[in-house]
Amino acid sequence: MNKQCGSVWVVAEQIDCRILPVSLQLIGQARKLAKELNTSVETVILGDQMDKRVQEFFAAGADRIYLGNAPELAIYQPEMYTEMIVKLAKEHQPEIMLIGSTSMGTELAPLVAARLGTGLTAHCIDLIIDDNKILEQRIPAYGGLISIICPEKRPQMATIASGVFPHPELDESRTGEIIHLEIPNEISPRVQTLEIVREEPEGIPLESAPIVVAGGAGAGDIEGWRIIAGLSEILNAALGSTRPAVDEGWTELETMIGQSGKMVSPELYIGVGLSGELQHMVGIVGAKVMVAINNDANAPVFEQVDYGIVDDCREFVPMLIEKIKEYQERKITC
Amino acid sequence: MLKIIVCVKAVPDPKEAHKIKIDPATKTLTRADVPLVLNLLDKNAMELALLLKEQLDAHITVLSMGPPVAGNIVKECLALGANQGFLLSDRAFGGADAYATAYTLAKGIEKIGEFDLIICGMASSDGSTEWVGPEMAAFLKVPVVTRVNEIVEFGGEWWKVKASLENGYRLMQVKLPAVFTVSRELNTPRTLSFSGIIKARKKEITLWDLNELGVLEETVGQKGSPTIVSSLATVNSKRIAEIISGTREDKVEQLVQKLADAAVI
Ligand SMILES: Cc1cc2nc3c(=O)[nH]c(=O)nc-3n(C[C@H](O)[C@H](O)[C@H](O)COP(=O)(O)OP(=O)(O)OC[C@H]3O[C@@H](n4cnc5c(N)ncnc54)[C@H](O)[C@@H]3O)c2cc1C
Ligand SMILES: Nc1ncnc2c1ncn2[C@@H]1O[C@H](COP(=O)(O)O)[C@@H](O)[C@H]1O
Repeated sequence: MNKQCGSVWVVAEQIDCRILPVSLQLIGQARKLAKELNTSVETVILGDQMDKRVQEFFAAGADRIYLGNAPELAIYQPEMYTEMIVKLAKEHQPEIMLIGSTSMGTELAPLVAARLGTGLTAHCIDLIIDDNKILEQRIPAYGGLISIICPEKRPQMATIASGVFPHPELDESRTGEIIHLEIPNEISPRVQTLEIVREEPEGIPLESAPIVVAGGAGAGDIEGWRIIAGLSEILNAALGSTRPAVDEGWTELETMIGQSGKMVSPELYIGVGLSGELQHMVGIVGAKVMVAINNDANAPVFEQVDYGIVDDCREFVPMLIEKIKEYQERKITC
Repeated sequence: MLKIIVCVKAVPDPKEAHKIKIDPATKTLTRADVPLVLNLLDKNAMELALLLKEQLDAHITVLSMGPPVAGNIVKECLALGANQGFLLSDRAFGGADAYATAYTLAKGIEKIGEFDLIICGMASSDGSTEWVGPEMAAFLKVPVVTRVNEIVEFGGEWWKVKASLENGYRLMQVKLPAVFTVSRELNTPRTLSFSGIIKARKKEITLWDLNELGVLEETVGQKGSPTIVSSLATVNSKRIAEIISGTREDKVEQLVQKLADAAVI
């Protein structure tokens, strides 16, 4: 008989005792994977005063929770978190380990993977179980999709952004087992988080904005970028970007949409001066209407949107802004 | 003296990288002659090293793993002001994932010898995993701080740095030797100077292959990589744009009308 397959794990994350949405989304997906592998879903959560929160994990689909609950775990501490997760994984041998690609996840996942001597895949946009019961991790690359597998080493590890998988339906009647973790004696740490400072984000958050205007390399310079920003202002939209716009320093990394950035699902998406590279486009999920403005009629973006404008964005967008203003005034008066 | 190692990667020029595509017929990558350049964020890593050297007694070693032409980017860093350069190059190193890359670099660092600070870019433009820095730290058994965007206190045994975080930052205290990966916000990289290029002509790059590095073939490159690419696929687009044409005035008019009709503005 086959050896019983290890569990599907989600390493969850909390901020100020609140569980991050991405952790619950991953539990939802872990549930599906576990079903195909005929195994269970288990969550690891480290934090302080988390005992009242763990029911959320059961409701989202976890069968078992490994809970590390102590004041010294309240905020992410690289060495302590890594130690605890590595020890636990060695003990229980999970088949799969999923982590949100947050700042914490992006640091913690490779630390854990290297220590466990296993592979890790970044920026997955889909996870499926293949015919050999192996996790196929799909990422966009080279204008298409590539599938990455970790055929031999376990666990199979992947980091996934918030919004890639939908929120699971919560079933409040579900329960499960809670395993309390032993807190290691203070190993004299060589790196410590002294403080975490969060600032209220400015403007409309991309993830929940009904309208998203995204600008790309075609803006040309900071002046061109300001024109695109003007369009987002008049539409009361969130302003997103492509990687070149970030690299040029016109905007912050937080505004980047795509495989290694944010996932958005607006009613209206307007892509300005961007080519439609898949790595950006995968970040737009289920938009109702999509528009692209690009001066090259052959830009691939025109194969991915509903309406296309072939024009110089620096000329076209200022006129568009004026016309939208007129429309908005008309709308108010009638 | 502060011994700094900067890890730099030769990446396909991001301005031309889109030429490398999946061929829909053969499901393999099209070969395009895209030149290799110094990864953008590694310039920020170099800049940090140079700034530290200006303020402390420091020695900068540049390390890269890549094909022989990656020697050019190591030269570029020497011209920027690094003291010595190493290139790990062997066919056996090819096809490495983040794990095998980090392992090979860590072996290189062990061979180079003592260090106080290893600086990496936050991410490479082609792999973009952000993992080589932390995995290397794990192999070398030293602490790491990723996404460093400000050096608050430096010079002693314990440093204080800020690292960027969703809508904020974390203040970290870290004991050297350590690995930092740095973000674009940390500094503005300098450009090459003519005198730097002249001075660099005299500096030598040390090349190490599999044997010289003294590692087993099955621990590096594709063989040493836990992950493999199992398939490549093209994607069919779900939408096709209706191109709105006419004079600029017409186009603006029509677009606003269509958006209004769809009730999205
Ligand atoms: C591992 C990896 C991960 C990545 N992750 C992401 C990600 O998460 N998000 C992301 O965005 N990118 C990501 N990228 C980068 C991505 O591959 C593309 O390079 C990027 O999306 C292209 O941005 P762009 O369309 O702005 O620039 P380009 O591809 O250079 O396109 C610019 C477009 O603007 C048009 N244009 C030029 N001038 C004008 C004008 N005056 N008016 C109108 N149009 C004009 C041009 O015709 C062109 O189509 C990633 C890359 C890698 C390798
Ligand atoms: N082949 C390599 N040689 C030297 N340094 C590398 C190599 N690959 C990655 N790095 C370093 O690791 C950083 C992050 O790369 P990545 O993990 O690929 O996103 C880069 O900015 C480099 O500093």
